[in-house]
Amino acid sequence: MDRVNDPYSAPDELGHFGEYGGRFVAETLIHALEELNELYESIKSDQAFWAAFDEDLTNYVGRPSPLYYAQRLTEHVSGAQIFLKREDLNHTGAHKINNTVGQALLASRMGKQRIIAETGAGQHGVATATVAARLGVECTVYMGADDIVRQAPNVYRMKMLGTHVESVSSGSRTLKDAMNEAMRDWVTNVDTTHYIIGSVAGPHPYPAMVRDFQAVIGRECRAQCEERFGGLPEALIACVGGGSNAMGLFYPFVNDLKVELIGVEAAGKGLSTDEHAASLCEGKPGVLHGSRTYLLADDDGLIKETSSISAGLDYPGVGPEHSYWKDLQRAQYVAVTDEQAIEAFHLLNRLEGILPALESSHAIAYALIEAAKRPSSDRIVINLSGRGDKDIGTMAEIDGIQI
Amino acid sequence: MSRLTGCFAQLQEQGKKAFVSFITAGDPEPSVTVPALHSLVEGGVDILELGVPFSDPEADGPSIQRSSERALQQGVTLSMVLDMVSDFRKSNEHTPIVLMGYLNSILSMGESTFFERASQCGVDGLIMVNLPPEESSGLSIHAEANEIDLIYLVAPTTPDKRIKLIVENVQGFIYYVSLKGITGASHLDTASVEEQVSVLKSHAKLPIVVGFGIKTPEQAAASASLADGIVVGSELVDTMATTQSNELIPERLQAKAQSFRDALDG
Repeated sequence: MDRVNDPYSAPDELGHFGEYGGRFVAETLIHALEELNELYESIKSDQAFWAAFDEDLTNYVGRPSPLYYAQRLTEHVSGAQIFLKREDLNHTGAHKINNTVGQALLASRMGKQRIIAETGAGQHGVATATVAARLGVECTVYMGADDIVRQAPNVYRMKMLGTHVESVSSGSRTLKDAMNEAMRDWVTNVDTTHYIIGSVAGPHPYPAMVRDFQAVIGRECRAQCEERFGGLPEALIACVGGGSNAMGLFYPFVNDLKVELIGVEAAGKGLSTDEHAASLCEGKPGVLHGSRTYLLADDDGLIKETSSISAGLDYPGVGPEHSYWKDLQRAQYVAVTDEQAIEAFHLLNRLEGILPALESSHAIAYALIEAAKRPSSDRIVINLSGRGDKDIGTMAEIDGIQI
Repeated sequence: MSRLTGCFAQLQEQGKKAFVSFITAGDPEPSVTVPALHSLVEGGVDILELGVPFSDPEADGPSIQRSSERALQQGVTLSMVLDMVSDFRKSNEHTPIVLMGYLNSILSMGESTFFERASQCGVDGLIMVNLPPEESSGLSIHAEANEIDLIYLVAPTTPDKRIKLIVENVQGFIYYVSLKGITGASHLDTASVEEQVSVLKSHAKLPIVVGFGIKTPEQAAASASLADGIVVGSELVDTMATTQSNELIPERLQAKAQSFRDALDG
């Protein structure tokens, strides 16, 4: 099976998705990106590589993840049928591990003895620390100082895995600053170090490569839908911070124009305020972290500080392919507030006994609105990208409970 | 002849090395910048690099990051930086000025507006840290039309075949990044610089300037002997940051610059 190429062929060889993407980095990193790209191109048709990847996904990650019919949630909405793609059941609790398993295989082919990563919610950090432990290589994860506080369980988990968690206290002390610091580390240690970017963001080839590793979500989902109801769903809904879980689910459906693709961004305290992280809904094209994409920036091009209850969505940029799809209108992008996400978090807990990550709760919140507008013959798949154990502290604090 | 070309020609005639300084515009406050630039020239600087502060300076070390933060706290914008250059030009027509920064500042102003204004204000060159030649076609048209040199970096990791690409595109001078790392890092190895600069020389027709990690007059002299000039940045930025009162900054900068100039000429 050709995993990567379909009639839809973006990006071009320089990593451009239309006018987005590309490789906007310091010269010191260009050679490493070229080397990584050569390797990535060479593994596209390498059966042995994909066999090893599949082996890890099956026996280490625990794939395939189930497609679960959320009957009580569906009844609650009384509209379209709602299915959940259960990425929360993966090893380490989120979709992030799909990508880190793939990049770990690449790192080991390159003979890199050190791995670095950035993390927001800590899920990518944990997934990276996990594969680093398994490879037996040194690992440093950069994390914003504010995120370290709000995602303490994941920080401790990374430390137990033998990873050094480096607190980043510059700028807004969140994901974007962690990524700046990871890029600085990579520039300095480029010979020995592989940088595992956790989203479909960054310079070429990361957006395409991470997409291709995450696309296992959508491929499985297609097969599961065919098996379950003999066709494709009418709509797919996923949250978008950098956009890797959304891209992973959407990409295998990109040529199925009847399948609506809906990305849900973090509206924080509301899109009319300055406290949100909805780059696609409210931003404009610019250049950050290696690629041209929609960004939240002020009139002088300075990157704005974002706000979301969900650390994983608290990012002022977005993967360039999402920017491309927005302009092409292949996907639509909407946003829900912290309050809506919290409500969805509780609802899924109470109705289905599933504790979703606050990130994924954004997708659920919008799916409730979307499902209510649709007939019961429609089927919607939500990417339940991660589990919410890490968010218990945040939720308890909101409820004024000391745990 | 552009100011940059003229400057290097004159230095060559005098048998001198180019001393390039870097400070961040608006650090620690906007009124300091123009007097600081004049004092650097007084202290023997040949070419002035002026940093455009940016919220996410991903290739810069702590010194320049903090200088950028200080300037942004003062509300410094690209437009204000251009005004500073214009102000400087009122009493200095000859010293080349190169702006250094990140692409999003220019994209936000709009390429055509930026280059027209920059040219009017007396900017001579532009270094965009996160703009490799492959992505530069949008900018180079405007740069050329407004006679502003686009200066590219060559890194220790740049393979030979890319050196050729960069050399074909670069204008003004070639900025050789002397170490794998961010600005102000402290592991400068002049032996490896020597080897790589000699490779670069075999391709390049333009002057080569070495920067990143040069902190002492001794390092400056050693690096300059391998190339056509050197850049001192973080050390000057730190000098400004550790000066108690803003009024004393020009005087201290001039003395600092003079120590590098003396070593280069020594």
